[in-house]
Amino acid sequence: MAQPLVKKDDDRDDEADYSPFLGIEKGAVLQEARVFNDPQLDPRRCSQVITKLLYLLNQGETFTKVEATEVFFAVTKLFQSKDIGLRRMVYVMIKELSPSADEVIIVTSSLMKDMTSKTDMYRANAIRVLCRITDGTLLTQIERYLKQAIVDKNPVVASAALVSGIHLLQTNPEIVKRWSNEVQEAVQSRAALVQFHALALLHQIRQNDRLAVNKLVSSLTKGSVRSPLAQCLLIRYTSQVIRESANNNQAGDRPFYDFLEGCLRHKAEMVIFEAARAITELNGVTSRELTPAITVLQLFLSSSKPVLRFAAVRTLNKVAMTHPMAVTNCNIDMESLISDQNRSIATLAITTLLKTGNESSVDRLMKQITNFMSDIADEFKIVVVEAIRSLCLKFPLKHRSLMNFLSNILREEGGFEYKKAIVDSIVILIRDIPEAKESGLLHLCEFIEDCEFTYLSTQILHFLGIEGPKTSDPSKYIRYIYNRVHLENATVRAGAVSTLAKFGAMVDTLKPRVFVLLRRCLFDNDDEVRDRATLYLNTLGGDGAVVETGEDVKEFLFGSLDIPLVNLENSLKNYEPSEEAFDINSVPKEVKTQPLAEKKAPGKKPTGLGAPPAGPPSTVDAYEKLLLSIPEFANFGKLFKSSAPVELTEAETEYAVNVVKHIFDGHVVFQYNCTNTIPEQLLENVTVIVDASEAEEFAEVASKPLRSLPYDSPGQTFVAFEKPEGVPAIGKFSNMLRFIVKEVDPSTGEAEDDGVEDEYQLEELEVVAADYMLKVGVSNFRNAWETMDADCERVDEYGLGPRESLAEAVNAVINLLGMQPCEGTEVVPNNSRSHTCLLSGVYIGNVKVLVRLQFGLDGPKDVAMKLAVRSEDEAVSDAIHEIVASG
Amino acid sequence: MESCPSIKNILLLDSEGNRVAVKYYSDEWPNNSAKEAFEKSLFTKTQKTNARTEAEIAMFESHIIVYKFVQDLHFSVTGAENENELILVTVLQGFFDAVGLLLRGTVDKKEALENLDLILLCLDEIVDGGIILETDANVIAGKVASHNIDAAAPLSEQTISQALATAREHLARSLLK
Repeated sequence: MAQPLVKKDDDRDDEADYSPFLGIEKGAVLQEARVFNDPQLDPRRCSQVITKLLYLLNQGETFTKVEATEVFFAVTKLFQSKDIGLRRMVYVMIKELSPSADEVIIVTSSLMKDMTSKTDMYRANAIRVLCRITDGTLLTQIERYLKQAIVDKNPVVASAALVSGIHLLQTNPEIVKRWSNEVQEAVQSRAALVQFHALALLHQIRQNDRLAVNKLVSSLTKGSVRSPLAQCLLIRYTSQVIRESANNNQAGDRPFYDFLEGCLRHKAEMVIFEAARAITELNGVTSRELTPAITVLQLFLSSSKPVLRFAAVRTLNKVAMTHPMAVTNCNIDMESLISDQNRSIATLAITTLLKTGNESSVDRLMKQITNFMSDIADEFKIVVVEAIRSLCLKFPLKHRSLMNFLSNILREEGGFEYKKAIVDSIVILIRDIPEAKESGLLHLCEFIEDCEFTYLSTQILHFLGIEGPKTSDPSKYIRYIYNRVHLENATVRAGAVSTLAKFGAMVDTLKPRVFVLLRRCLFDNDDEVRDRATLYLNTLGGDGAVVETGEDVKEFLFGSLDIPLVNLENSLKNYEPSEEAFDINSVPKEVKTQPLAEKKAPGKKPTGLGAPPAGPPSTVDAYEKLLLSIPEFANFGKLFKSSAPVELTEAETEYAVNVVKHIFDGHVVFQYNCTNTIPEQLLENVTVIVDASEAEEFAEVASKPLRSLPYDSPGQTFVAFEKPEGVPAIGKFSNMLRFIVKEVDPSTGEAEDDGVEDEYQLEELEVVAADYMLKVGVSNFRNAWETMDADCERVDEYGLGPRESLAEAVNAVINLLGMQPCEGTEVVPNNSRSHTCLLSGVYIGNVKVLVRLQFGLDGPKDVAMKLAVRSEDEAVSDAIHEIVASG
Repeated sequence: MESCPSIKNILLLDSEGNRVAVKYYSDEWPNNSAKEAFEKSLFTKTQKTNARTEAEIAMFESHIIVYKFVQDLHFSVTGAENENELILVTVLQGFFDAVGLLLRGTVDKKEALENLDLILLCLDEIVDGGIILETDANVIAGKVASHNIDAAAPLSEQTISQALATAREHLARSLLK
């Protein structure tokens, strides 16, 4: 048996896997590197050893510090050899080893000698190596040579110096900036790439000087730039100048547009494309300006080169988002790209067509896409599904064919992300297009008959439970749902039980049948399924009598859990089993503002079945415990909300004070967090004297001074006010810190006995309407909105005047109201002219409030807003309008 | 987009996705395993495409990658997502053609490994720290080859295949003239 195996190995060694580096080993190569030390150098052999070392590094092998140092010193010996080829390898090797500062000194003199050599190749490479490994001090020594090299008549030497300059500008800007005269001269060079490198460096030197860049661009756009690469750079700098000057003068022709348009006729494709792309990206580009750029891109679409087709279709795809009409001319060329070999090109073409297509072309397009879908990767399919979703929202009349398409691809093979994208799309279409509802729900039902993803099954079951009972014939869904109880895992079974109960609660005629089904579930072998079945049978009155479903039961089944899950989890963990039952009302409802890291995440909207945002643990618990421990405040009741700390002093003052506003039903407590930053002082009996003359509805009831405030250990003092119960009273408070100051001997740390009374003015503090609003999210805004009584809706329009941007206006209103944005609607897409933002919160007195804000740009900067408020109490709806009107 | 066009990496892999020679200019890939992971995903995404006559293009992980295959070698150049695709392909073509010239027409893995020093010098002449140095294949090959004039083996030491390749090249050149 062994014989043939060995033979096979031999065969392979001989043929396929032959490599000069076969069986290479680091240790052996390092041994070989000793030839570098030979008195009689063999250049050929040394080159081979360096190649082997480089091969090892290239394959990801690493040298230890000792090994690297050893190799480095050995390599420096090779400067003795006059062999050009070997020297070239030495340069590469030194760059790869990136020696440390003390090692660099060894080669500096050799490299400086090469820098002034007569051989161009030595000069160019020595500059590149030296600039790569050098530090600032050495740079001043060689600066003179570098300046000379920039204007060297050999283009390779000049380019080497210029590119090194670009790298050095990051670390030693002040030195490189002194070279601008030489660089300026090099920009005029006849050598194409020298011009390119000089232009890049010159622009980087001057990039913060707007006037200089402007001058550079105007002079170069008139003259002739030889290299296509330099021309591309110039186009980029020109668009920058256009962008910056656009802010100053609105009227008149765009400066430099003619230059960009002229570049569309350049002989190099890269320049044509760069110019076309620059034109499409101009701020507020007009269709007249776009036309020539679109024309050249259209030509590229039928190029034989895939890269050219890709570049063109990608750019047109972007244009289609903002100017779909401008791209329609290319539709025929685009359609032929659907069958492109390169799937990225085909996908971009399809999504572009979906954006620019009109209602009549939808059916034809869908047919083409169907053939195409089977042979692209999931990531491309998701892009297509998203494009189809937006197309369907644009042409609701076409929902039938688009919904069919979605259901067809839903049946085909695909991964979780892809399936989720399809399901999300169907859900959104069902929500937004009433006519699509019944067919969409049936498609989802068919999907869960054979769905391998538990997550999707449970989400769909949940959705069915909400939407199904409202359809004309709810009974047809029951079979699909009950099948799950037979065929699926426990998680899905439990979901199906809940959905059945919802049908039972909403549709009285189905109730007896649902009870029968639920009773069967009582024998399930999973706890959760049995528990749910028992629970629902009891809440729905499963004793046989068909009764009207009570409001509480509906609330229980359909109401959203308005408590952040994290808070609930924390409270449950803290709950100790005792006689007293766990009270869900004791769970804080405040959603803490999301940490910064999360906010930075791309503003992807949680759409479709998206889960409600889960807030991180809150500090409300801690505050509540602290306040309850103070006897004066113990009878204030339950803490409604604690604000974020507000600074009352400037940074770096003697005493740093910030305040937290604690809102109770009938009281407000200010918690002043004080820090003493003077080591030579001890403060005693610290209080804050609050003047509430501008806050008429508030009356001071208690104050808790801080006994002693030593250096650098923060302490708290409290002041409590009474206010009318349940009323969102607002007001302004001026604050004065009063204390007894005692000198401290810094050497012993002992304070003197006698102190002096002193005061310190703090900034004013305001209680605003937002303090009475809890940020509480809802999981399904639309549902919550619809279940809220429409009689309590208040709608009005407001002009917000000129604002910086739409996003800024949206943020300002969100902050003013202090409510929780829902479904990611706080993110305003770039360049949009209108936006809808959904907010939810709980107002003092535990009144749920939902707000729908519609913003629109009116003229260039003016923002108009329509505010619709629904709440459980119309007085609160009015109050919200008052907040906005006065804010 | 005011910035200078920049190259994130240049890769030369074999037909199984193994490295022949690679050069990274961006610190997006902090260590060797990150680089290998990138090479692997690039290879799996591109291996089935036909990039032999014209350079192909792909976009993933917010990079633009242009690539071209010959024999058992995969050439590729990576740039930023918003980079001008045609600049990247110019660099790729410069690299591809320069290697073709340096290997005298016989471009395959075996030949590339045997002349790895030329390939490494070639990479060194195309891009410096991400900035494009030169894109003209003749100039690149000229700069690399000029250093090896005295190191070039006499004709007697060339293998038969090399000699044939040289002859082929000479023939092709004379036909083109």
